[in-house]
Amino acid sequence: MAASDQLRFHEFDEAADLLAATPDATTTSVSERQSHVALDVGSSYDENEEGDESDKTELLSGQKQPPSFWTFEYYQAFFDVDTYQVLDRIKGSLLPLPGKNFVRHYLRNNPDLYGPFWICTTLVFTLAISGNLSNFLEKHGNTSFRYSPQFHKVTIAGVAIYCYAGLVPLALWGYLQWRKGVCLNVASYTLLETVCVYGYSLSVYIPASVLWLIPVSWLQWLLIATAMTLSGSVLVLTFWPLIRLDSRAATLAVLTIVLALHALLAVGCKLYFFQKPVYAVPLHSAYTKAPGGAQLLTASHPRLNSSMTTPLRF
Amino acid sequence: MAAAEGSGAGGAAKPLFAGLSDVSISEDIPVEGEITVPVGSCSPDEDYSTLDEPVRDTIMRDLKAVGKKFVHVMYPKKSSALLRDWDLWGPLVLCVSLALMLQGGSADSKEDGGPQFAEVFVIIWFGAVVITLNSKLLGGTISFFQSLCVLGYCVLPLTVAMLVCRLVLLAGSGTVSFIVRLIVVMAMFAWSTLASTAFLADSQPPNRKALVIYPIFLFYFVISWMILTFTAQ
Repeated sequence: MAASDQLRFHEFDEAADLLAATPDATTTSVSERQSHVALDVGSSYDENEEGDESDKTELLSGQKQPPSFWTFEYYQAFFDVDTYQVLDRIKGSLLPLPGKNFVRHYLRNNPDLYGPFWICTTLVFTLAISGNLSNFLEKHGNTSFRYSPQFHKVTIAGVAIYCYAGLVPLALWGYLQWRKGVCLNVASYTLLETVCVYGYSLSVYIPASVLWLIPVSWLQWLLIATAMTLSGSVLVLTFWPLIRLDSRAATLAVLTIVLALHALLAVGCKLYFFQKPVYAVPLHSAYTKAPGGAQLLTASHPRLNSSMTTPLRF
Repeated sequence: MAAAEGSGAGGAAKPLFAGLSDVSISEDIPVEGEITVPVGSCSPDEDYSTLDEPVRDTIMRDLKAVGKKFVHVMYPKKSSALLRDWDLWGPLVLCVSLALMLQGGSADSKEDGGPQFAEVFVIIWFGAVVITLNSKLLGGTISFFQSLCVLGYCVLPLTVAMLVCRLVLLAGSGTVSFIVRLIVVMAMFAWSTLASTAFLADSQPPNRKALVIYPIFLFYFVISWMILTFTAQ
């Protein structure tokens, strides 16, 4: 292949021509052949040029070592999204359509951590701020009420949301991996895709938590139902193709648990951060009877009592 | 010189570069530059001269640098002084003063009150670190400490807002004072966000600018919320 005079050191442009002339070094789509060829071409050269030429061959053929877990570049791969892609994915999670699987249609093998992380952060602060505002709006008519920022709610919201968005996808991914070994018809997404789906599915709760400030009871429950339906359907539509070929009991169990956890998060946030709207005398008398820190505690009891006796108030 | 090269390569039997020894530089081309090494200014005393100066000079120099950066933040033009000579003294001073002023707030019970010193401190520093990591992961070209420096210095308008809010609260805490505080905090929040965007936006890839600016917006929004909801004991 290489004549003796081709092995001598040439000027730079001639060496590039030589590489182009060598038939095996052209880029093809088969990666194994390229790596094999890179070794071949490199070994036939002089000692001095080997480092130079094999690097060039490597670059030309597009082969690169994947970055190690401990380097910064490894994590940059998780943030390889543009603005329009993130907005597209949020839109896809707000309006789930039955034909469009979130992972296949929107992620397309490019899951990101930007969306889940910042959606969760925004949700944490939105919940805390809206909760504080609704507390203020509910109670400011009361003379013995003193406004307090209730900053501890940020910490609680943070722990709840981050645990949900981190541990539940991990558990679901682990279950699917195990099930894949047991029953051959079950497939699985990667861990990053699962975390991504869960993160984006929480995005519908951000406008919902702002709208919960409106102190109309039936509107609040309508909002919570709508939000749970939308984000639950994103999850169901995404995971249904994976598990539908499994046994009926397992499929039903998984879907029920996924939806139940989602509902638990939504209702729990609603009940903890947002007080029920002011009804009438019974609540006021409860406040005036118990001043100070016990306000929140006694406020819940008449609500439970009234809910048991007058269900129409919902 | 090129002609000599060409003639050297033209003869096939001659080895390459043999003609170089024949090349001579013609006298027409003037040789420029100095080849003498300046000796006088490199005395060893100059490197350590800042050790002998009075302490006042050292402190004043650093204070002037911090003060100059404050001025850059208040009038954000596209100057690179904030980025080039970064320092973290200014952010530290601003963060500590803001946290001291925000501490405690009103509290009926111990946990129902405003953010504690540690919470404010952690939110500001941890928030700035997370935003810097975010912008670097998205492909920004700014260095880690430069970004921390900019984000820290741009807290200055919000610290001024906190001072104003405390003064207004001394006067009274009714609806009028709330509206005044709301306007001041909103104006300072917009100022902070625009100032930091002016400094940081250029170093980001163009199709990801919004992805980098949104966390900065959220960061200053949270700090503004903490300032606005501060109620005195």
